[in-house]
Amino acid sequence: MGQWKQQTLSRKNWMAFTGLFLCFFLVIHLAGNLQLFLPAHRAHTQFNLYSRILSDNIIIKAISYILFASIIGHVIYAIIITLANNRARNVKYHYDRRGAVSTWYSRNMGLLGTIIFIFLVIHLKDFWYVYKYGNLPLDANGHKDLYILVVSVYSELWYVILYVICMVALCYHLLHGFFSAARTLGLYHPKYARWVRMIGWIFSIGISAGFAAMPIYVHFLK
Amino acid sequence: MLDAKIPGGPLEDKWSYYKAHAKLVNPANRKKLTVIVVGTGLAGSSIAASLGEMGYNVKSFCFQDSPRRAHSVAAQGGVNACKNYKNDGDSVYRMFYDTIKGGDFRAREGNVYRMAECSANLIDQAVAQGVPFGREYGGYLNNRSFGGVQVSRTFYARGQTGQQLLLGAYQALMRQVGAGTVQLFARHEMLDLVVAGGKAKGVIVRNMDTGELERHGAHAVVLATGGFGKIYYLSTLAMGCNGSAIWRAHKRGAYMANPSWTQIHPTSLPQSGEYQSKLTLMSESLRNDGRIWVPKKEGEEREPNQIPEEERDYYLERRYPAFGNLSPRDIASRAAKERIDAGYGIGPLKNAVYLDFSKAIKDQGEDTIRKKYGNLFRMYEKITGVDAYKEPMRISPAAHFSMGGLWVDYELMTTIPGLFALGEANFADHGANRLGANSLLQACVDGYFIAPYTMANYLADEIKAGPIDVRDAPFAAAEENVHQQLKRLMGIQGNLSADYFHKTLGKILYDKCGLSRSKEGLEAAIKEIAALREEFWQRLYVPGGYAINTELEKAGRVADYLELGELMCYDALARDESCGAHFRVEHQTPEGEAMRNDQDFSFISAWEWEGADKPPLLHKEPLHFEFVTPTVRSYK
Amino acid sequence: MRIRLKIWRQENQQDPGKMVNYTLEDINPHMSFLEMLDTLNEQLLQDGTRPVEFDHDCREGICGQCGVMINGRAHGPLANTTTCQLHMRTFTDNEEIVIEPFRATAFPVKCDLKIDRTAFDRVIQSGGFISVNTGQAPEANDMAIGSPTAEAAFDAAACIGCGACVAVCKNSSAALFTSAKISHLVLLPQGKIEAQERVRKMVDQMDKEGFGHCSNTEACEAECPQQISVLHIARMNYEYNKAQVLKK
Repeated sequence: MGQWKQQTLSRKNWMAFTGLFLCFFLVIHLAGNLQLFLPAHRAHTQFNLYSRILSDNIIIKAISYILFASIIGHVIYAIIITLANNRARNVKYHYDRRGAVSTWYSRNMGLLGTIIFIFLVIHLKDFWYVYKYGNLPLDANGHKDLYILVVSVYSELWYVILYVICMVALCYHLLHGFFSAARTLGLYHPKYARWVRMIGWIFSIGISAGFAAMPIYVHFLK
Repeated sequence: MLDAKIPGGPLEDKWSYYKAHAKLVNPANRKKLTVIVVGTGLAGSSIAASLGEMGYNVKSFCFQDSPRRAHSVAAQGGVNACKNYKNDGDSVYRMFYDTIKGGDFRAREGNVYRMAECSANLIDQAVAQGVPFGREYGGYLNNRSFGGVQVSRTFYARGQTGQQLLLGAYQALMRQVGAGTVQLFARHEMLDLVVAGGKAKGVIVRNMDTGELERHGAHAVVLATGGFGKIYYLSTLAMGCNGSAIWRAHKRGAYMANPSWTQIHPTSLPQSGEYQSKLTLMSESLRNDGRIWVPKKEGEEREPNQIPEEERDYYLERRYPAFGNLSPRDIASRAAKERIDAGYGIGPLKNAVYLDFSKAIKDQGEDTIRKKYGNLFRMYEKITGVDAYKEPMRISPAAHFSMGGLWVDYELMTTIPGLFALGEANFADHGANRLGANSLLQACVDGYFIAPYTMANYLADEIKAGPIDVRDAPFAAAEENVHQQLKRLMGIQGNLSADYFHKTLGKILYDKCGLSRSKEGLEAAIKEIAALREEFWQRLYVPGGYAINTELEKAGRVADYLELGELMCYDALARDESCGAHFRVEHQTPEGEAMRNDQDFSFISAWEWEGADKPPLLHKEPLHFEFVTPTVRSYK
Repeated sequence: MRIRLKIWRQENQQDPGKMVNYTLEDINPHMSFLEMLDTLNEQLLQDGTRPVEFDHDCREGICGQCGVMINGRAHGPLANTTTCQLHMRTFTDNEEIVIEPFRATAFPVKCDLKIDRTAFDRVIQSGGFISVNTGQAPEANDMAIGSPTAEAAFDAAACIGCGACVAVCKNSSAALFTSAKISHLVLLPQGKIEAQERVRKMVDQMDKEGFGHCSNTEACEAECPQQISVLHIARMNYEYNKAQVLKK
């Protein structure tokens, strides 16, 4: 195999690296956004300040490039891998019940990933793009008022529903993705493999529930 | 006169002497020499790998789709070696003696001693290859005990020892395939041997995927094609196991030795219907705790658990109080057949006996039994759907191992110079009855440790022969011969399948040349087989074409079985004594035990093919016992 | 019992192939699945039709030659059972049974249910061995190997090479097969020496054969007749990554 062509295991490694980085980002993102749960007044100023700090920080900026690269890398590798996998079986089964022995979400990571990707595009368009290039009013401290934007976006019920559905997709994606990444990177010890699987469950449900709670909270309680 | 070429001198020096004096082939000359190896079981893979490593050009053939599927893979129990790790008094001599006694003193001392001598090396070799043998907690190799001996010398890898040893040999083979020294031809079936100038010079094979016939030339040909127990149709062997390669070599001049000596294994699952294709072996170890019985009433209809204790006949315990349920294979099988034939058989076809664990479960508890035999009970339930913890297993004897095969001398060379036979395909080391866990050993030892020396001794003189031209007349003639036979098989266009003839032949052999044989039976069988053979060539139907065609493969094999089966009967008829697995009803003690006749039959029967219309010709190789004295085997 | 069959028939590698229906009456529930196919073939032969070609040999679950998709499942509805160990009592009277070959680009169909699995041989050939010549191995007990290690190596080595893992995998990945051999050999001290070279070569060959990526769905373990653990795949990944990191 030529040096330009990666081995299957290397490609999966890149999926794992980028995926785990995105997992790490989710934690940071969730932690920051937890500020939305503060009492309305404090949430308003603090959230806007936080956004301002993030957008000014050079390190955060660098990380955001890695983040975008990870998303793009994760998607591109997913496409390459899926295409190769399709080539690996050129004739389909006439009658297929293989699904009986594995979970549906482990077999449909591509579909779940696509849902998440579409969500991401909408999500970035609604917040990141508007924050960066739109005309947001300034708050009392002279920071761009992202908080108002959040509240106004989440006042739409259909958006909240869409958001929650996507978080369910995210949950299943993480449920398989987190432990699968650990396997791909070579965690073979049965005891630790069990632990990782457990941590994966807690992580996936925690992250998705946390994110899903935000629009619900904002919509119904603010 | 057959010359076994056994070196003189003391027993323990024979092999060393041979090795020290055998001719060698210079490394530079080895690549000028080609060797064909047919079969990729333990013997075939190991010799092909060994020769490849030494630098010969090797062509390896097997009919399976991968060398790893050869039937050595199915051996369960273990492999014997006199390492004496248990410190229980084992030695090369003891192993030699156990084997020769187990074979009822019908094997060569020199060969058997050599097998015992090389056994220890085999374990070293296998461990180096990564065979995961069972170990003790300290990390050293463990042993289990096996029938017929008083020491623990059996090495094992759970119940899959054959598989693990074969994978070791297969990996060694594939390493050489990767290195380019061995060319692998899977799904190729040998259909004829090419003999030129009195020497084996090649083979004609059929590519089973395309149907094409191919000629392959070599300076020596090795047949490591296993046993032909599948001739009985119902056997513990794989469906594809066959005797065609050795039989076609036989028809080209190689003698067959003791072809009728077939080991019938006592603990196999019984036939459950006419459709049955195979009898699955249940490990012999079950007899350690199971008690074998049949009802005392003929034609008993009650369920086993409803038959009270006093109406059960524990016939092994009754007849052989000393060994009881642990009597050797031939004795246990024969005793079962005696009861079944007398009308006491059980099961829907009245063809089995009970193997009962109720007493063991009562004495030791179900948990203990589960720990010991859990996997076997599960396997039994998988196949029969019966829970053996609740009711007794049904078992019956089944054809298992061919002690007979191509006659070979001490160098494992047949009567055709340049044609070698290894493993179960030869007749060499087991005498009239093989001990458990010796078959894996023999196959490996032949391939890893013996043939690499003895073949070099032959090949040394072949260097000057130069390359072999497969366009020569003998190749063309052999190919034409194969082509004609295939055409003939396809052309009959009758209405009966190859399986029909195979099953019919199997029944004749089970009845008349199986566990017990009689003059009248054998004579009748010879006639019946001849008639069946005639019918075969008139009424066989092979559908399909010359490319992938399982029916055509089967037809060719059955055609050979129909000739080989007849030879087995001739062999059994000529041996007018009982020994080991060969039991002639005319020669038994008043209690029904086998009676050997050392005076007249202490020889190896080697049969020569005289042509299709003539009976085979018997040659005798006398057995000389210089170091042991034949005694009567008694298990009372 | 009565059985309705739907079987993949394909003359040769070039033929597109199709499903064909057959009906069998009076099937004995104690028959093995392959004996049912024997019965069908006998019937086809009597009708003058070409019997169904299928792979099989030992019929006791160890040679690894048999293997078909039965009702959409590799080796049929029972978990951890080879096709030859499946019996007709698993099915109900008048049930329709769909039989197809194992499918993967690396396992081309040769005829009917017969497939070409030589890709597996080539994966082993590329490095699935310990490079020791025959004849002069050192004394076996010179090297102590803990019983748990030997047993773990056995668990991996028990693979029969049937290809069910590839057949059931949504990506036709040979990860379980390849990793079982890598794991077996790397667990043993005598196999550690070549570990890096072995994993690189075997993974390379596995890719060349056209098998897909492993998605860790774990379906392979569920269908494997020898219950080979998916953790061996993780072990292969570990060995592979280690080898890549340490590569000079």
